[in-house]
Amino acid sequence: MHGLINRAVQCYLRDTFGAGRWRDIARESRIGVENFEPMLLYPPGTTEALITAASRVMGRPRDALLEDMGTYLVSNPQLEALRRLLRFGGSDFEEFLHSLEDLPGRGRLALPDLALPDLVLTAREAGRYRLRCRSDLPGTGYVMIGLLRAMADDYGALALLDYLGAAGDCEDIGIELLETGFAEGRAFDLAFRTG
Amino acid sequence: MARDEDDLTVGLGRAALDRLMPMHLYLSAGGTILSAGPTIARLYGKNGLIGLDFFATFEIRRPVGISGPADLARVAGARLIMLPLQTDGLSLRGVALPLAGAGGGMLLNLSFGIGVVEAVAHYRLTDADFAVTDLAMELLYLMEAKAAVTDELRQLNLRLQGARDAAEEQALTDTLTGLRNRRALDMTLDRVIAEGQSFGLMHIDLDYFKAVNDTYGHAAGDHVLREVGQALMSETRKMDTVARVGGDEFVIVFKDLADPGRLSRIADRIVARLSLPISFEDHSCMISASIGISISTDYDPPDPERMLDDADQALYASKKAGRGRAQLHHPAPRGDGDPCLN
Repeated sequence: MHGLINRAVQCYLRDTFGAGRWRDIARESRIGVENFEPMLLYPPGTTEALITAASRVMGRPRDALLEDMGTYLVSNPQLEALRRLLRFGGSDFEEFLHSLEDLPGRGRLALPDLALPDLVLTAREAGRYRLRCRSDLPGTGYVMIGLLRAMADDYGALALLDYLGAAGDCEDIGIELLETGFAEGRAFDLAFRTG
Repeated sequence: MARDEDDLTVGLGRAALDRLMPMHLYLSAGGTILSAGPTIARLYGKNGLIGLDFFATFEIRRPVGISGPADLARVAGARLIMLPLQTDGLSLRGVALPLAGAGGGMLLNLSFGIGVVEAVAHYRLTDADFAVTDLAMELLYLMEAKAAVTDELRQLNLRLQGARDAAEEQALTDTLTGLRNRRALDMTLDRVIAEGQSFGLMHIDLDYFKAVNDTYGHAAGDHVLREVGQALMSETRKMDTVARVGGDEFVIVFKDLADPGRLSRIADRIVARLSLPISFEDHSCMISASIGISISTDYDPPDPERMLDDADQALYASKKAGRGRAQLHHPAPRGDGDPCLN
């Protein structure tokens, strides 16, 4: 699994529960490292071991942890780069939803080794969508729910998200878009400030 | 039933034209700008572009020699590189094609090319300023993704560099005393010889060290070695290399120092210093040192192996002469025969 993903899990756990608890989780998961390098590759199963250990050590349901992590990925100021890259998907939340199918391709453009979940968006009726998410990591659908909720917030849209169920390595998410201009979204200036 | 393509004429209203080509310019047959897409118009602010003479507002850099409507018609369909004269540094590229119909005139479609990144920042452009088919957003996305990846790689490199420095330092350090080790000594000798620097080499062997070890134990021995290391560091300069090369053997490389008198005085000072008692717990450990010195200027060319051997022989002579003293190795007068020691 790509170090970037493991690093994201590490940052989420460390920032949320503290460095001490993160070390407990790393030990419990028997992954053999306490610090992931975002630009290196790690053996398959590492992410799974981390999530399982985190759930056990923190006494929290796996799904809730994953959903919380999805929100963290977009809303943590230290990960502003990721939020910006996601915002390139579209100028409003609905456009962003339609761009999700491009997500693995966009990920590969940045990092050829990066495997992101396969996403397929199906429109059901006006303002209602189903997002099918296929991934090696069970519970990725919950990460997507947390991430989409934070992105809706970012765009100032009001959306209801719910987990419809899983079959094999596919998970389905229901998205109901109630209002696109619900609130003032966060600013997104196309110009990128370096340094 | 197939229609001849040449007969196909498409009419577009202003709104459609703006949406399809937000950076278009529509020129009259005389070269006056009749219409400008909303994005190209942003470059010119309130005054706008309408009614201006195209050839007075833009400079066509490529192809060369385009200064009027007839020239432009001649390069219809070719790639144009042009500079808007009011903006500094911005370069646009595009294509001009003649329009069908009675009025004639030309339609130009432009884009920012690679300068899109600066243009976005300078004119505060948004997604809506680009044609839906324009890859500008993808380019901007890629640029940011690349910057993020490069930043991560730079940090990774810094961490790896730090780890490498630490590992290298460890590989060159004697763990007990913190002095350099044999490997570091060899590297130092190779380097100073390669650089053609003169240097003095001092081989130091502790006297009575075995007795300290046997009487007070290894902890005392280790303590004495560490104290000796400290003493050697304080009796030498920062540029010198102090290495522990065996149990109680040390070698010092004095860079840029080939004067026998000075080296002897330093050696005497080291002997005096190491002859002072070293306390360990309740005990007072007495050692001393025997020293042999060789000097690079006695060799042509200097050979580390031979210089170490010769310093060792001088050291042996010190031991034989009663320990607690230093001796210089004296080279044979004609470069042959046995080295003469005194």
